[in-house]
Amino acid sequence: MTNPYVPILILGGVALVLALGGLGASAIIGPKRYNRAKLDAYECGIEPTPHAVGGGRFPIKYYLVAMTFIVFDIEVVFLYQWAVNFSELALFGFVATMLFLVVITVPYLYEWRRGGFEWA
Amino acid sequence: MNTVTLGSLLASPHPVADFSNDNGWIWLLKAVGIVVFLLVSVLFALWFERRLVARMQLRPGPNWHGPAGAWQSFADAGKLLLKEDMTVKAADKVVYHVAPLISVTCALLIYAVIPFGPEVSIFGVVTPLQLTDFSGGVLYILGVTALGVYGIVLGGWSSGSTYPLLGAVRSTAQIISYELSMSLALIAVVIMSGSMSTSAIVEAQAQFWWAVTLFPAFVLYVISMVGETNRLPFDLPEAEGELVSGFMTEYSSMKFAWFFLAEYINMLNVSAVATTLFLGGWRAPWPLSAINDGMFNTGWWPVLWFVVKVWMFMFLFVWIRGSLLRFRYDQFMKFGWKVLIPIGLVFVVGVATIQVLRLELEGVDLRTPLMIGAGVVVVLAVLSLFLPERKEPEPELSEPEPFDAFAGGYPVPPLPGQVLPPSPRAARRAAAQEAAAEPGTVAVLEAEEAPQDEAGQTPETKESDDV
Repeated sequence: MTNPYVPILILGGVALVLALGGLGASAIIGPKRYNRAKLDAYECGIEPTPHAVGGGRFPIKYYLVAMTFIVFDIEVVFLYQWAVNFSELALFGFVATMLFLVVITVPYLYEWRRGGFEWA
Repeated sequence: MNTVTLGSLLASPHPVADFSNDNGWIWLLKAVGIVVFLLVSVLFALWFERRLVARMQLRPGPNWHGPAGAWQSFADAGKLLLKEDMTVKAADKVVYHVAPLISVTCALLIYAVIPFGPEVSIFGVVTPLQLTDFSGGVLYILGVTALGVYGIVLGGWSSGSTYPLLGAVRSTAQIISYELSMSLALIAVVIMSGSMSTSAIVEAQAQFWWAVTLFPAFVLYVISMVGETNRLPFDLPEAEGELVSGFMTEYSSMKFAWFFLAEYINMLNVSAVATTLFLGGWRAPWPLSAINDGMFNTGWWPVLWFVVKVWMFMFLFVWIRGSLLRFRYDQFMKFGWKVLIPIGLVFVVGVATIQVLRLELEGVDLRTPLMIGAGVVVVLAVLSLFLPERKEPEPELSEPEPFDAFAGGYPVPPLPGQVLPPSPRAARRAAAQEAAAEPGTVAVLEAEEAPQDEAGQTPETKESDDV
């Protein structure tokens, strides 16, 4: 049995060669006429405020989405293991997974009620 | 266990396709083939989308270069290659250069586990038309899709500019939100197929496509895949009026081209996943599959069905773009978190309940109670249409206060609750109607209007002049 992950490495290699080749080609044949204004950020010619790198700030809501996502993503990954072995685990697996779902759903409803999904 | 009643449940969790004949050269050939297929598909998709959207908007679209404008996409690709590659001053140099590479490489990797067809003979080697397959195929697809988000968030962050940063966080929040409903939709497929390997899932759909038996999951997946690829009506990261071009704003030349290419390849990816997991993959549609003892399910024919099914989804993408308007961001997040995810969870629980009942109550006929249950749900849904809607209490209208549009020296529109005074002409007309209601004053009114008509203009032409 050959290792089924080796072809993915080969495809990744081909994709990376293509991507780097494109960048290299454009670096070789593209024009290079630099001036200072061209290298400024897209912001009407002034420095962007707040400066993004290092001090870049964005609404705290996105952190909330990210944390909720992690909780749900882990839940989903566990559900996949159960789904593949559904017929072997049968009733035991079903009851256990439903209890797990309840444990995840209660905080979800709590966040919903507390306005965690409101964007207005 | 009884294999007769539980046929679909007992599929092996391991891949059905047999890769034992493959060697390094076959792998390389398939890998290059996948990349070429995707690049050609993207060039075609650019032309296809422009032409189709143009037709939907009653204009011709690109029709100048080549037959029906087909070379327009080549011209665009060449133009991007010939443009100057700039790095903005504020950029974080290393991350800025790496981000487009992450995006495009991850997008190209998804097709590794997508089956194009059954076994064929390539240069004398019998091999499946699929690069590779393993028992975690669906997880691989979800994982690599999630890795692609790094390209977006790093590209937006490293540009050192405000619009890309906002576009990147928006895009990331959007993709991870819709990825959840997408994975929830796929769990039902995995339960029914009993495997995460894509070739085994295609095999499990020999009888019924999951799009038919798991229709709600299919709808959920189709909605989430549009959100996942940042397409209209969910193209908020690139809402031109608000964020210029989102995370791509500071990119030019081939780096921009790679982000753009990754976006279109991602459309092809989600279409291929939808085809494989819900529409029977490379299997011929029903009337064709019965012809000549399944002739159309062997050899190279399946590639045709696969490509046709994928392009059905591409057509759907363009159709949606031509028909719908962009969502507002709060509506969009609300839709994802408060509608799609609960529906996905409830559907997974429902499918699992029915399947576990089938397992535990072997020999008991579940069809009758299920049909009765479905009938009750439909009747309740229909009855709910006849329930009287709860009336919102009418807001009490207070007497509108007089509003002078020119109070500040220049005209301003009225705020809610304020009413503009009637225009001079409307005031005249109201006065005339009031006068007409009292028969005693008719003569006076006519005498007033007569001098206006002397100028040779009827009242109608005067009105159109005013406009």
